[in-house]
Amino acid sequence: MSEKFDVIVVGAGPAGNAAAYTLAKAGINVLQIERGEYPGSKNVQGAILYADALERLIPDFRDSAPLERHIIEQRMWVLAEDSYIGGHYRSAEFARPPHNRYTIIRARFDKWFSDQVQKAGALLLCETTVKALLRDVQGKVIGVEVDREDGRIYADAVILADGANSLVATRAGLRQDIRAETAALAVKEVIFLPKETVDARFNLSGQEGAVIEMLGSISQGMVGTGFLYTNKDSISIGIGCMLSDLKRQHLTPVELLERMKAHPAIAPLIAGGEPREYAAHLIPEGGYDALPQLYGEGWMLVGDSAGFVNAVHREGSNLAMTSGQMAAETLIELLREKRPATAANLACYRARLDASFVMKDLKKYRRLPETLDRQRQFINDYPALLNQAAHTMLRVDGVDKRHKEKEIFNAFRERRSLLGLLGDAYQLWRATR
Amino acid sequence: MPSNVQAQVEKKLYLNRYRVDAGRPHIKIKDANVCATRCTAQQCVVCCPAGCWSSESGRVSLITDGCLECGTCRIICDEFHNVDWDYPRGGFGILYKFG
Ligand SMILES: Cc1cc2nc3c(=O)[nH]c(=O)nc-3n(C[C@H](O)[C@H](O)[C@H](O)COP(=O)(O)OP(=O)(O)OC[C@H]3O[C@@H](n4cnc5c(N)ncnc54)[C@H](O)[C@@H]3O)c2cc1C
Ligand code: SF4
Ligand code: SF4
Repeated sequence: MSEKFDVIVVGAGPAGNAAAYTLAKAGINVLQIERGEYPGSKNVQGAILYADALERLIPDFRDSAPLERHIIEQRMWVLAEDSYIGGHYRSAEFARPPHNRYTIIRARFDKWFSDQVQKAGALLLCETTVKALLRDVQGKVIGVEVDREDGRIYADAVILADGANSLVATRAGLRQDIRAETAALAVKEVIFLPKETVDARFNLSGQEGAVIEMLGSISQGMVGTGFLYTNKDSISIGIGCMLSDLKRQHLTPVELLERMKAHPAIAPLIAGGEPREYAAHLIPEGGYDALPQLYGEGWMLVGDSAGFVNAVHREGSNLAMTSGQMAAETLIELLREKRPATAANLACYRARLDASFVMKDLKKYRRLPETLDRQRQFINDYPALLNQAAHTMLRVDGVDKRHKEKEIFNAFRERRSLLGLLGDAYQLWRATR
Repeated sequence: MPSNVQAQVEKKLYLNRYRVDAGRPHIKIKDANVCATRCTAQQCVVCCPAGCWSSESGRVSLITDGCLECGTCRIICDEFHNVDWDYPRGGFGILYKFG
């Protein structure tokens, strides 16, 4: 195969699909290459889909996309060993269409998205792994080499949407490899339960869904978070921790997941369910300060391969879609004006990103990964203290309330000095400002 | 890894669908002696979510059949860079039904 395309997109996840879709819609000759048997066969997500990013690409996606439930309730739990404290936000507003967030099952969703890409006119090549980039004598990227016979394919530009590990970009020296300090490993299970059981346990009806985000004792002292999302007739449950923490301790990821599932607040929600799949995937969580160079001579990075994940808000797929769309729009403009995909010309990609929520949000939280890594009290002390405080206040045992307040205050001070408490408040404010 | 944990992992992997590229492991240990003699932490054994790595009296072995292609072993072997990691050939490996 020594064909020439306008653009090659590597990967058929949300980033690659958004890019290929936008290009194909504009009549550009695009080839998309995916290593899995079908799009989605390698991909893992919680998964919450944020409607906005997809709506900008496919306004009527709700008519045909495989959506599980629209989310009407969000719970935030801080867990201690056998308790949790937290908040629930449920709104009738979220129940009214058009809905803002949905749970999805990625293997199904990616297949659907890919169908739309192909209908728009892109050519998709599955079961094909991109091994390397082809370059001309000046070093400009002019195509890819794949693991098939005569596997050289040429294009004016290559969009790398190959996900968190981004081996293609790393091996070509376009970016540094991800590191244990900038990546989290998440493990996940899909547990099936009858729809009526899911509805009853979460107080839902019809297509309504609820999600729980968790932190605290479940991450066993590591920087990490857990999640539990309702699908139509199943529950997705998982936990992710930073690799730099994971490698320093002695619990396997499976044990972490099993301990989380056994927590007294979580176990009843999944009781009697039938696990049908176990998955694992990396999440690039380095944030703004870990971002690589995003474009160069003939190439661009989009989605996870660029490190576009907002770990605080658990957003990734939307940043992937928006960055994929922006990379495509940059190329469409260049191709129309018959200008080459040089680094200088591709700089508008970065400008588009800077003007969007992608970079603005990443910048907002740039200090948080470092703060959490250095200031372990946020993970080790506060979840337990908060739970203990609630317990002290709510337990009716003849002790007067003023006394109880004092007890709580002392417990905080025992673990963190007064100055430490003030410092912590400042650190957290600075890291998320 | 204790045998009960190993059993837990296996039970989970049993739920998954794979197309195994028989005789062509996509991950290899570069130098088994480095694992056996220089790497004291052997963190790959603990961190692999699929229990592909095991250690017996210091010698580390790897069976990639249940691999979830996450990349963890590649990243955490950051002291000795002793993991030769690649994706399986196109179409092979894990096939998520849900993901
Ligand atoms: C457990 C978990 C929970 C998450 N929860 C959420 C959530 O609730 N909401 C949210 O928005 N985000 C969430 N994220 C993040 C989100 O999943 C990612 O940000 C998103 O999938 C990134 O999309 P992508 O297209 O860049 O990469 P991917 O989805 O990883 O797609 C990359 C594609 O490239 C292919 N590929 C890779 N290398 C090659 C190669 N060499 N040749 C050919 N093909 C290749 C892969 O097979 C894959 O199809 C979560 C992530 C995890 C792991
Ligand atoms: S971490 Fe690396 S060097 Fe250590 S045992 Fe594992 S593969 Fe070998
Ligand atoms: S890629 Fe992940 S699942 Fe596969 S062997 Fe390495 S750590 Fe284990």
